[in-house]
Amino acid sequence: MSVIEVRGLRKSYGENLAVAGIDLSIAQGEIFALLGPNGAGKTTTVEILEGFRDRDSGEISVLGHDPQRSDKSGRIWRNRIGIVLQATSDAGDLRVSECIEHFAKYYSNPRDPESVIAAVGLSDKRDDLIRNLSGGQRRRLDVALGIIGNPELLFLDEPTTGFDPEARRAFWELIRSLQSDGTTILLTTHYLDEAEALADRVAVINHGKILEIATPQKLGGRSTSLTKVQWLENGEIRSEESSEPTAVVKRLASQFPGEIPGLTISRPTLEDVYLTMIGGAE
Amino acid sequence: MNRLPSTLALGLQRGALEIRQFMRQRESVVFTIFFPLILLMIFGSVFKNTIAPGVTFSQYFVAGMIASGLVNSGFQQLAIVIPLERDFGSLKRLRGTPMPVASYFIGKALLVIASMTAQIVLLLGFGVAFFGLNLPTSAGKWFTFLWLTLLGTATATVLGIAFSIVPKSGRGASAIVSPIVIILQFFSGVFFVFTQLPSWMQHVAAIFPLKWLTQGMRSVFLPDSFTSQEVAHSWENGRTCAVLVAWLVVGLIFAIKKFRWSN
Repeated sequence: MSVIEVRGLRKSYGENLAVAGIDLSIAQGEIFALLGPNGAGKTTTVEILEGFRDRDSGEISVLGHDPQRSDKSGRIWRNRIGIVLQATSDAGDLRVSECIEHFAKYYSNPRDPESVIAAVGLSDKRDDLIRNLSGGQRRRLDVALGIIGNPELLFLDEPTTGFDPEARRAFWELIRSLQSDGTTILLTTHYLDEAEALADRVAVINHGKILEIATPQKLGGRSTSLTKVQWLENGEIRSEESSEPTAVVKRLASQFPGEIPGLTISRPTLEDVYLTMIGGAE
Repeated sequence: MNRLPSTLALGLQRGALEIRQFMRQRESVVFTIFFPLILLMIFGSVFKNTIAPGVTFSQYFVAGMIASGLVNSGFQQLAIVIPLERDFGSLKRLRGTPMPVASYFIGKALLVIASMTAQIVLLLGFGVAFFGLNLPTSAGKWFTFLWLTLLGTATATVLGIAFSIVPKSGRGASAIVSPIVIILQFFSGVFFVFTQLPSWMQHVAAIFPLKWLTQGMRSVFLPDSFTSQEVAHSWENGRTCAVLVAWLVVGLIFAIKKFRWSN
C-alpha cells in the first residue's frame, strides 16, 4: 500500500519553474531519501507534501489525504504525520521536558514523553532550558517533537546537520527502530552515506525533475559498473577496472607468492554516482 | 484511537505555556509590567497639581496608563512577538501539528489577560499606596471597568495578531510597532489632558481605540463632575463600546484571513 502518491506535480514561483512534473510512489514502512543540490526542487516538493505550500498542478495523496485541503480533515491528517523541519531556534525559554510534554498534548495517541526523551538521547538534558542546548542537542529535540505524536509518516529535513559522528550513528539506530515499528519516512539529506545507511530507495532530483529512483546499491548503474582493483607492484600503485574483479584477484593471487600487497577492491560510492548524475544534468 | 483534544482545552494549555515562557523572559516582564509603573512614578512625582476640583494629575494619569497598558500588553507585545516567532520557525512547527489555529489565538489572549491583570494590580496598588489614588466606590463604575478591560483586551489582542503580518522581519517589528503606540499615547490623552491637545490631534486620536479606552477609564476613575472637561461633556461610554467592537470585528477578520505561519 502506498503512503505517498504523486503524479505530475508542478510548481513555479513567477517565471521560475521549481518543480517540473514529478511522479513518486512511496510504500508503507519504506525509508525514502530525496537527494539533490540546493535549489533542485527538493524543499518545494517536500513542503507541498507537508501541506505548507500549494501546488500549481498534479495529483497528490498523502495517507489518502490531499495536503492542500484545509477543512477539518486536515487536523485528523496532521495527527497522523510528523515533521522535522530544518534547524529552528524557537522555544528557548522552555525546558526540554516541558516542551516535549506540551507537544504530546496536541495528539490523540502520543508516545510517552519520557521514552521519546530517552530515545533521542536527551535524558540527562531533560531539565535544561532549550536555549542552553548545543546545536546537535537542539536538533535531537526537533526530532523528538517530530515523533512525539506517534506518526505513521515522518518527514525528516536534513535531520543530522551539526551532529558528531557518534550522535549520527545513534540517530540512524533511532530511525531504523521507527521503521521497524512500521513508520514510513521521507528523508532529505546532503549526506550520501546517510542515505546509503538508511534508505530503501533514493530519488535524485535536479532542476525540478527526478533523474532516477533506485535502491542506493543500484543508483546510476552502480551495481553493474566497473570495479576498481588496486595493488602494489615493484613499489608502484597499479590498478585495473573490470567487470569481473574476482578474475583479476585470482590472477594476482597466482602472480604473488602470499598476500597481494596493498590490495583494495572498490565500487563507485553513492557519492561518485550522485555527482556524475548531477554533473551530467547541468 | 483516542479523540483529538478540544480547541479550548489546547488553548488553555497554550495559555499556560505562553505565560510560563513570558515569565522567564526578564526583559519582557520588565517592559510590559513594570514600565507603566515606572512611568506612574515619574509623572506622579513631577506633576503634583490638581487638574480639576478634587482630581489630581495622578488620578487622571492612572486611567490613561491602564488604557495604554491594554494596548501595550495586547497590541504592542503580540505585534512584536509573533513576527519573531515566525522568524524562529516556531509558527511553522506549530502549523505542522494538529493544534488548531484558534488554540494558538486563545493562548495569546490568555497571556495578554495575565500580564494585563498583573499590570492593573500593580498600578492600582502603587497608586493607592503612594499617589493618593481614589478607587471607584460604586458597583456601576466597577462594572464599566470590567467590560472595558475585557473588551479592550480582546480588541488589543486581535489587532496585535492582525498587525503581526505587517513587519517584514522579527527584528524590525519593534521599530515599526513601538513608535505607533507611543504616538497614539500622546495623541489619545494618556500623558496630557485630552481637551488641551490641538484639535487636529484629537480628531486623529478619535479614529483609534486608545482614545476611547482612555476616556472610558476616566469614566471609572474620575468623578462625574470631570465630564465638563470632556469633548462631548459626557463620558460617551456607549460610543466607546461601539468603536471598540468595530475595531474588534475588523481586527478579527484580518487576523483570520491574513495570518501567516511563515515568511
